[in-house]
Amino acid sequence: MDLAYNQQYTEFRDELRSFLETHGSESPPAHERGKPSSQAVAWQQKLIEHGYAARTIPKEYGGYGAEPDILEAHIIAEEFARAGVRMGHNGDNRLVPTVLELGTEEQKQWLIPPSIRGEMNWCQGYSEPGSGSDLASLTTKAELDGDEWVINGQKIWTSGAQHADMIFCLVRTEPDAPKHNGISYLIFTMDTPGIDVRPLVTMTGEAIFNEVFFTDVRVPKDQIVGQRGEGWFVANNTLKHERGGLGDPNQAESRFHDIVEIMKRETIDGQRLIDNPVYRDRLLKLQGKMLAMKFNGMRVLSHFAKDEEPGLPRWIVKLNGCELNHQMANMAIDALGELGVLYDDSAHLRDGGMWQQRYMLDLGLIIGGGTAQIQKNMIGERALGLPKEPKYEQQA
Amino acid sequence: MDFALTEEQRMLQDSVSGYLTNTCSIEIIREAAAAGQAHNTMLAQGLAGLGVTSILVPEDFGGVGLGFLEAALISESLGAVAAPVSFTSTAVMAPVALLNAGSEEQQEAHLPRIAAGAAVYGVAVTEQIGRRDSDGIQAADGKLQGQAMFVLEGMDADQIIVADSIGALYLVDATEVKKTALKTIDRTRSVAKIEFSNTPAELLPGSASSREPLLAMIDAGRVMLAADTLGAGQKMVKDSIAYAKERRQFNRVIGSFQAVKHMCAEMAAELEPCRAMVWYAAHALDAMPDEARLMACHAKAHLSEVGQFVARTATEVHGGMGMTDLLGLHYWFKRIGLDRQLLGAPELVREEAALAQGWL
Repeated sequence: MDLAYNQQYTEFRDELRSFLETHGSESPPAHERGKPSSQAVAWQQKLIEHGYAARTIPKEYGGYGAEPDILEAHIIAEEFARAGVRMGHNGDNRLVPTVLELGTEEQKQWLIPPSIRGEMNWCQGYSEPGSGSDLASLTTKAELDGDEWVINGQKIWTSGAQHADMIFCLVRTEPDAPKHNGISYLIFTMDTPGIDVRPLVTMTGEAIFNEVFFTDVRVPKDQIVGQRGEGWFVANNTLKHERGGLGDPNQAESRFHDIVEIMKRETIDGQRLIDNPVYRDRLLKLQGKMLAMKFNGMRVLSHFAKDEEPGLPRWIVKLNGCELNHQMANMAIDALGELGVLYDDSAHLRDGGMWQQRYMLDLGLIIGGGTAQIQKNMIGERALGLPKEPKYEQQA
Repeated sequence: MDFALTEEQRMLQDSVSGYLTNTCSIEIIREAAAAGQAHNTMLAQGLAGLGVTSILVPEDFGGVGLGFLEAALISESLGAVAAPVSFTSTAVMAPVALLNAGSEEQQEAHLPRIAAGAAVYGVAVTEQIGRRDSDGIQAADGKLQGQAMFVLEGMDADQIIVADSIGALYLVDATEVKKTALKTIDRTRSVAKIEFSNTPAELLPGSASSREPLLAMIDAGRVMLAADTLGAGQKMVKDSIAYAKERRQFNRVIGSFQAVKHMCAEMAAELEPCRAMVWYAAHALDAMPDEARLMACHAKAHLSEVGQFVARTATEVHGGMGMTDLLGLHYWFKRIGLDRQLLGAPELVREEAALAQGWL
């Protein structure tokens, strides 16, 4: 057990701190919607130059070109959170690693440099109205016509499609193959004729997701990652990257401290919420859960740093992390009480309505990226070795 | 940065677990429960031979001088087999009290005996945590008056460390007190009511004007109970998974039903982070004094909550068999049940956590 970082990392952290002190004020606001502003693009460029964004992406594709080091990545996340400064990005956390691992040289040159600069923005075309948890049953089809794919069908839950320049999209190209072997991974621009994006307003009142309709959308034949019929395996590579990120313990800890501040600040009938033993006990229970997940995260990180597969401690991160975030938003709302149901630009609204947004959006994160129920199946089957449910067809 | 056990720590835990798996069978547990004998001397001697009782005792006093993390790993292993043997009070709380508050003479008299596994030490702290009924201990002129309940290992103890009404600690010869067994649901540890009537008591001088020795002893005890629950919980999850893979209904093993699979997944998801939490809390006792109290409180409270969930869910996965003495799963259910209440139930301990971070 050694919780200290060695000199290499303490120096790295010190440099980063002084960078953030000097330049932190140049960062764009935390929550920007739509295409990145010119300020955001300039900030990203500065971060790449200093190695705090696109850090491990090779230089020839516009990155900083450092060797992957999980502890450095962790320190970057910690210090940006601590300074309250917006992090940079790696282009797209799903697309870029996938193209780096599985794309052709030409695709890497074409896609990665503008993506990490924030000049090429992506959306993900996976889910369909009939294919959610059972994603591999998707039916959007692509047929080869000469040198072009012709795509017809519909996607849904497509985050950011209304602002995206490009889409990476799963389509069925081999209708006669078993479902997992009939899918291909295509990439194309969103201004291709035949694409119709219809924003899907969620319970928050905003359109974060979209429906995307494809009618005879023609895409050059070589805009495929991996081979025909290999798209499922290419995409799983992508999902692997997504699952790691949705339950970030650093974020949970900083949210927890925000709730403590709310409970010290807000009063009901003249009493601070934190002085009410019932509310306080609920807060302390959440703190226990948060700390357990924080230490679990340190354990997972230490495995990764030694190139070990963490196993169970990693499998539970998405399930527990998303649930914890939602419970914390719920706690904040309940601590605010009637103030917690104010909305929009109401008088007396607290923190700009952030907790109300989170309370709703965090429920979406429990569902998205593999629902809690799918997570429990995966934990049960892959980590605990319990048998799969027999297929319905086989029972009949 | 490496938040992980060292090779030596893994080997220590493997050797203790290996010994216990071979020795502490369900028959041993049943015998202990039937006889009301919660300190199996054969097990105690075997464990002492492995260095278990000397774990926290410095080398100068014949111990191995390891830390709380090592002690927590042992406690976890004991919980996993519901071992009927004194550990938390004898091997952890007593040495902590003696090291923090004992005089040189007291340390020389007692620490080597603890290290050798030659005596059982009870701990009586209900005066300071969860005083019930007519508890209450007064000290005057080197004599104690009053009663303490839920004295850890009270029936088997040779010596008892007693906290009085102001939190000073005393050593009392167990033959000088009146002991009454309190029969709990868990027969693998003994707790007793102890009555003092003008009983000679030896003050641990370092505790006379500071509550720190008392609190340090309680912190350490809480982390050990959390580790015990971790081990017992892991055992119950493991058994549930094995049962769910084997038991068939409707022509399928029940583990293929999502209802059962999800119960197993939920137990694993709740319990696995607890392992990291126990490690951290134990390490804080060893190396991070500023965080130690808060983490001990949270480990005790959180493991109590998760332990309760695991104990009931694992029993449900086993269906009717889970309720039976034939299967014996109930020994772990009860072990977790006792761990939860001793040295402060979760609600009380969380209030101390609030205090420890200046919220009150």
